[in-house]
Amino acid sequence: MNLYDIIGPVMVGPSSSHTAGAVRIGYISGKLLDEPVKSAKILLYGSFLATGTGHGTRKALVAGLLGMKPDDTRIPDSLSIAKEQGISIIFGEAQMKEAHPNSAELILQGVSGKTLEIVGESLGGSRINIARIDGIATNFSGDYPTLVVHNLDQPGHVTEVTSMLAHKSVNIATMQLYRNSRGGEAVMVLECDQEIPRDSIKWLEHLEGIQKVTYLSLL
Amino acid sequence: MEMLYHSVRDIVSLSEKYQIPMWQVIMKKDMEERQVTKEETFETMHHMYLSMKQADQEYDKDLVSASKLAGGDGGKIHVYNKAGKNLMGDYASLVMEKAIKMGESNACMKRIVAAPTAGSCGVIPAVFLSYQELFDVAEDKMVEALFLCAGIGEVIAENACIAGASGGCQAEIGSASAMAAAGLAYLQGGDNDMIVNAMTLALKNMLGLTCDPVCGLVEVPCIKRNSAGAVNAVASAQLSLAGIKSAIPADEVIDSMRRIGNDMPKCLKETGEGGLAVTQTAQRLRAYQGLADGEKNTTF
Ligand code: SF4
Repeated sequence: MNLYDIIGPVMVGPSSSHTAGAVRIGYISGKLLDEPVKSAKILLYGSFLATGTGHGTRKALVAGLLGMKPDDTRIPDSLSIAKEQGISIIFGEAQMKEAHPNSAELILQGVSGKTLEIVGESLGGSRINIARIDGIATNFSGDYPTLVVHNLDQPGHVTEVTSMLAHKSVNIATMQLYRNSRGGEAVMVLECDQEIPRDSIKWLEHLEGIQKVTYLSLL
Repeated sequence: MEMLYHSVRDIVSLSEKYQIPMWQVIMKKDMEERQVTKEETFETMHHMYLSMKQADQEYDKDLVSASKLAGGDGGKIHVYNKAGKNLMGDYASLVMEKAIKMGESNACMKRIVAAPTAGSCGVIPAVFLSYQELFDVAEDKMVEALFLCAGIGEVIAENACIAGASGGCQAEIGSASAMAAAGLAYLQGGDNDMIVNAMTLALKNMLGLTCDPVCGLVEVPCIKRNSAGAVNAVASAQLSLAGIKSAIPADEVIDSMRRIGNDMPKCLKETGEGGLAVTQTAQRLRAYQGLADGEKNTTF
């Protein structure tokens, strides 16, 4: 926490968790999709669902998806802006068990047909956590350039990724590994201190056993 | 790091040791911590102040929040004050007015500055902007005072908390009020003791305040509490400048706030399960909270 977490941030109200945090979840999700959104199913859970209308949570999530940041004064108009841009948005209730009380599930499709499913949690004071990507548990804040790699659970993939990063002089801040079952699908999440070059990400995508590469660039 | 502090006492000691004002201790710590220049952090803080000003100017008395529970009260108090019927002096009356306006702007999805939180965003701007309007103070001085607020807030956040969900409303409106009181005492020419004492009195008056918002929204009682917290800051600064001392020192009051927050039942910490949130009226209001246009849920 620094001085400007105390005086600040500048944000559109009314709530740092239910509004500003929701914008951040939408924003990071849009960045992870990495192309303009064509359609979004947005499912709310817990307190997001119960008090979302009064807090503008739905508008905030959509605003974030459109690339707005928490201080963007267009947030209250995001639903009509999305409509003008021809983006289809459907809201609903999330069926989740024991999720964080301020959670949203975003099921996104981009203009090229690319899809992405994200569960984001708003932790308070506009900090967020991306808790799930395409059905597999994750855990990252979106404060760093973040690489998410879905791969088959087999030896060698971690080395491929980390040696590529070393080669590009990208330092790893945190690294997490998850899998749904032995030999099944695995995910690695790497938060980095530097941005990863685009062509290195393309290169990763074509490796055998790598199923999907998602990258959060802060640029 | 030279400018490391973990308590109000630490800030005062560093100020005495280096013979610099407390706000400079706070600014220098930020420079060391984030590796920024004096100009950079001063400009960032100034940006916060300008954003508060802009938010104040953009208040719209005709706006109503999505829940329809908030809006328009800033206009009412403005008219009343302008009619010269104010019971309090011009300064405190303007403080009240601006606090209500900012709280309403927040509820109506306008852009505000969280200070320290969105729910308590009206307290510090009300005290500061009214002061600058009525007493014609240089902008730099206002920014210096804002550093002071931020440093006090940092210490409270470290030793207690600034979120209603963890410590009740004493942590939000209470902290904001304490921060504002410190800043105001500085603006009025108070020395370190008076600044610290103003902060202490303000926080002490707010101990035990619960967080029980109706329908879980940052509206009732939050908006009016911003005016209470702001006026409390003015009163506390005035008492302190008159030489009246808090019997309990600053850091012990902050510790008390943490303990009280921990002892406070969960139902009074932003869960909507106690206090005002479970009144008959609140339950009736909750039943009316439908979805706004364009927000219809689809069932899958
Ligand atoms: S009642 Fe709760 S939500 Fe409202 S201002 Fe106080 S702490 Fe914030």
